[in-house]
Amino acid sequence: MQITVTVNGTAHTREVEPRLLLVHFLRDELRLTGTHWGCDTSNCGVCVVQLDGQPVKSCTVLAVMADGREVRTVEGLARGAELDPIQQGFSDKHGLQCGFCTPGMMMTCRALLDRNPDPSDTEIRVAISGQICRCTGYENIVRSVHAAAEIERAAQEVHQ
Amino acid sequence: MQVPAQFDYERATGVAHAIALLTRYGPESRLVAGGHSLIPMMKLRIANPETLIDINDLDELKGISIASADGADALRIGAMVRHTELLESPLAVEHFPILVDAERVIADPVVRNRGTIGGSLCQADPSEDLSAAFTALHAVAVIEGADGRREVSAREFHTGPYQTVVGDAEILVEVRVPIRPGSGSAYEKVERRVGDWAVAAGGAALWLDADTITEVGIGLTAVGAEHFCAAQAEDYLRGGPVTEERFVEAGRIAAEHVRPTADQRGPEDYKRHLAGELTTRALRRAAARAQHGTEA
Repeated sequence: MQITVTVNGTAHTREVEPRLLLVHFLRDELRLTGTHWGCDTSNCGVCVVQLDGQPVKSCTVLAVMADGREVRTVEGLARGAELDPIQQGFSDKHGLQCGFCTPGMMMTCRALLDRNPDPSDTEIRVAISGQICRCTGYENIVRSVHAAAEIERAAQEVHQ
Repeated sequence: MQVPAQFDYERATGVAHAIALLTRYGPESRLVAGGHSLIPMMKLRIANPETLIDINDLDELKGISIASADGADALRIGAMVRHTELLESPLAVEHFPILVDAERVIADPVVRNRGTIGGSLCQADPSEDLSAAFTALHAVAVIEGADGRREVSAREFHTGPYQTVVGDAEILVEVRVPIRPGSGSAYEKVERRVGDWAVAAGGAALWLDADTITEVGIGLTAVGAEHFCAAQAEDYLRGGPVTEERFVEAGRIAAEHVRPTADQRGPEDYKRHLAGELTTRALRRAAARAQHGTEA
């Protein structure tokens, strides 16, 4: 069937089988391979994207269910060469080593900061509790999110 | 790579349309809400619906509110309410903290953004948390079909593992929890790791008049409790005083009547022990909340 999904602000129309999962639609149909595909069982969280602003595990969403809706992926974070604060935070605080979990982590943490500009350690850890990182022990991810929050606070003060 | 078998997809625009689609496509069609139980089962080919009917657009099934009828108030929870929404609901915190306790330990935050209350109940997993919580609260499920709506007690909603009273051409539209004064409620769960299904879990709701228990509900999950209910322990407590000794005894009675099975989450005797201990702990916390407020 024909679906139109807006991904990172651009509407994409494709003919798909109803059984196609959103993660494969993004990776194979749209060639947006920043969204990773891991456990396939909604446990690991590497496939997290935002669907209408909410982080979801795209291995457990059908592409047809995203018809007419908005998806934001890791490719939609940076504006040109300018990194999103969450990306800058992960870079500054070494929130990754191998990078496999990173796109999903950043999409969840981006949504967290959008709702809560100054999350506590616990709030960050709860937010990412459905996602697995085998490199950092999560410590640097928590630091990265704090760093991103600080970058955003500093930017706001400049604006005010 | 896990891929579901082929199926047809329809998107319902309203409850009546969903029922019409279920009627047209018959028993091999299934409703999909959040999809976080059904889609994994379809990927494993345990579920092979011929038609999937998407009810995510059904605004009639959304929202948490207070419904008043015949002078009595009830908390109304739409079937399409996502777990995150119930977890963060001020109405749930105020009236039935057991629901917030339970939601906090259901899966993980990203799954909770998608999974729904109605989907969890209709999936009817024997380890599902809200089934026990709604049993404890004496909740009522509202089911709609072509002939109109009917109400079924949460205690009669499940007919067995993965089976409910919802007919092939019916849809669960909401859950109602009667609001009565003097209530306190709590949920206790033991899991192997964060977000896992329960090894065992139990919820308790108490309605007190001074120190007397006028009504009580105890729901247990993952331990083979009939209808997710510890009816004998409820009978023991109803009408008596709030005391620590009686809560311990109620736990003992609850443990006596469950029928857990050994699996990778634990042996039978351990689950039976947990059923009793978690019943006592939930009762203790429910009583404290009834007497001193939700912060207890």
